Amino acid sequence: MGLEFFLFSILFVFLTMGLGLVVALFIRGIDRKLTAHMQARIGPPLRQPFLDIGKLFGKDTIIPENSIPWLYNLAPIACFASAATLLFYIPLGSLDSVLAGRGDLVLLTYLLLLPSLALTLGGFASGSPYATVGAQREMVTMVSYEFPIIIGVVALAWQMTMLFPFDPNLYAFSLSAFSAHLVWAEVGLFGWVGLALILFVFLLVTTGELAKVPFDVGEAETEIAGGLLAEYSGRNLALFYLGDCIKAVAMGGIIVAIFFPFNLSPLLSISGLQANAVDLLFFFVKIIIVLFFSLMLIRVGVARLKINQVVDVQWFTFSLICIMGLLLVWVDPWLSPVLGILGG
Amino acid sequence: MAEKSCTYSLPIGPIHPALHEPFLFQFQIDGERIKKVDLIGGKVHRGIEWMGMRRNPIQVIYVAERICGICSCSHAFTYCRAVEDAADIDVPERAQYIRAIIAELERMHSHLLWAGVAAHEIGFDSLLYYTWRAREGVMDLLELISGNRVNYGMLMIGGVRRDLSDETLSKIKDAMDRFDPVADKLIYLFLEDKTVKLRTQDVGILSFNDAIKLCALGPTARASGVRKDVRQDQPYCAYADLEIRAITPENFDKETVGDVYDKTLVRLLEVKQSIGIIKQCVDSLPSGDLLAEPKLVKILATLKKVNNEGLGRVEAPRGELVHWVRLQESTNLRAWKARSPTYNNVLPWQPMLIGEQIADIPIVAASTDPCFSCLDRAVVTKNGKSEIITGEELHRLSLEKTRRLKKWG
Repeated sequence: MGLEFFLFSILFVFLTMGLGLVVALFIRGIDRKLTAHMQARIGPPLRQPFLDIGKLFGKDTIIPENSIPWLYNLAPIACFASAATLLFYIPLGSLDSVLAGRGDLVLLTYLLLLPSLALTLGGFASGSPYATVGAQREMVTMVSYEFPIIIGVVALAWQMTMLFPFDPNLYAFSLSAFSAHLVWAEVGLFGWVGLALILFVFLLVTTGELAKVPFDVGEAETEIAGGLLAEYSGRNLALFYLGDCIKAVAMGGIIVAIFFPFNLSPLLSISGLQANAVDLLFFFVKIIIVLFFSLMLIRVGVARLKINQVVDVQWFTFSLICIMGLLLVWVDPWLSPVLGILGG
Repeated sequence: MAEKSCTYSLPIGPIHPALHEPFLFQFQIDGERIKKVDLIGGKVHRGIEWMGMRRNPIQVIYVAERICGICSCSHAFTYCRAVEDAADIDVPERAQYIRAIIAELERMHSHLLWAGVAAHEIGFDSLLYYTWRAREGVMDLLELISGNRVNYGMLMIGGVRRDLSDETLSKIKDAMDRFDPVADKLIYLFLEDKTVKLRTQDVGILSFNDAIKLCALGPTARASGVRKDVRQDQPYCAYADLEIRAITPENFDKETVGDVYDKTLVRLLEVKQSIGIIKQCVDSLPSGDLLAEPKLVKILATLKKVNNEGLGRVEAPRGELVHWVRLQESTNLRAWKARSPTYNNVLPWQPMLIGEQIADIPIVAASTDPCFSCLDRAVVTKNGKSEIITGEELHRLSLEKTRRLKKWG
């Protein structure tokens, strides 16, 4: 411990950040390519997001006359920084995250909200009617998707404490608990169904969290001309874009870390640095698969909802499904053995 | 406690991603609800009629074709019919059938274009690409027939300019057979998809009474249950032989609501209807001449002697299109007036938009299939600033113009 650890941590932070950025942009490229193919288009090359970012950073940053400049410029930085912070809490394959043990799922849920909050602030600060409408909508959406997420998180932690009531090392809300104990393996049929419901909602909420069709009411290009981002350009827009890409990876990463914390290295019986590299790659592949189901597949198959419909779906339907999941997880320890006896 | 109203104004346009041409909607919004809307046009006025009045009647066909990029043939068609009306020219039967085939192909591609745009407005981009891929087939067919995708240059006063060979006819027929299931699939996608229904049902309702009162035209009126179609009411060219019935939601055994869903339904059913009409026309295409008078110089010479006015009406994809011309023993047109269906469909926006949400604006605005380059016939600018003419002022100007026209006659 001491200086050495401190320097090591700093190095690790930069490495995570660099890797996270490259992977996030690369995944965005895959996202765009796959979506294009599903829509009978050719789509841009995989490196397009890198080119976009490069171009945006080279462009002028226009600040509207009736905006609040300091808030308007601060919002993109806050969005990017909070999104990047998420990366430091997610275990990268078999590697522990930089800040492992210093934050838990509850913190992550709030960190996930921060980029949207920054977007909202930026929208209000840009002084455009479109951005204001977008910001109002984004706030409502934030409130509506937060509830199902929290219910899901509570259900997961509850299950952990029920399964291992006497484990002194277990902190139910931490991500490491989930990598230590595979959630699926240690529950009965009811718990399994409950977890599947929660996973289903998490996959769908990702779309809302990342403001993509059908929940992209805050930006809604054809309605309010990009809404929150209507006035943003150049470096500021690039930071929002990066924040959005990173958030997608983080959201996928959290779902992977909770529900699919498998690693390849034990199967291939390799160890050391090699194992870490293989697991890391596998981790990203898993994120792409999760995002394929949660982001791309939904986005190409539906129309955009209206704000009241978004709230209906997220606040009521998703929450209801999550509560059902919670109940199933709760009754599992008593009911599943009964079922097992009946079946046996 | 007195109810507090806190509305804010939200301009949609003149340039906005939801609009594909310049137009200005000035909204008063309360939260997400539309309280008031002001419609301000005149943003793409190009003075086409003025240009036409400085050209001879045949040159004007090509100017008319360029009024709009979607219903280009309809404008040329209507204009030709107006001139033929003024000069009493009879169009050969074969030409009448070819005109109908072109007009129906145009209706198909226009309605498919609209459906794609509608899908895009509600954020369903996959449906946009699917629809426009289908539309591309129709465009290819038009290119095969005329060599052009947008301005076909098929119409001529007294007939058509190009014949359809037997090979082309069989290709058209094949394409129509192939197209039938595609149209069915599109109808299924637009009418059964849950999210599309969520966005289109009970949105932008135009009641039967409003449609009558505000003189709505075309699919906009038909979706509200008004059986109004020039092809049915005053059949022209080949349509007289075909017994066309105007399509309303009742054709689909559905209660008429007049919402965006019904407008989609009517348009997609009209695509099916057009396929049927084209097949019928191809099957019963009579032989004969293409033009009443093949020598263009001779047509011009005849028209130069005419002193009469003519009116042409055609059911364009968006509704009834009217052209009026005045020929007065001169090389050029004395006067030319085009009244596009969008002009009639502007006012119905009021009852359709008020009370809806901001999110509904694009799809409701698009639901009448507006064409602002067709619409904008007048704009008054003074010292670089555009002005709005009041009703009284317009009345005074109209009286003056009528008096001037009377002096010529």
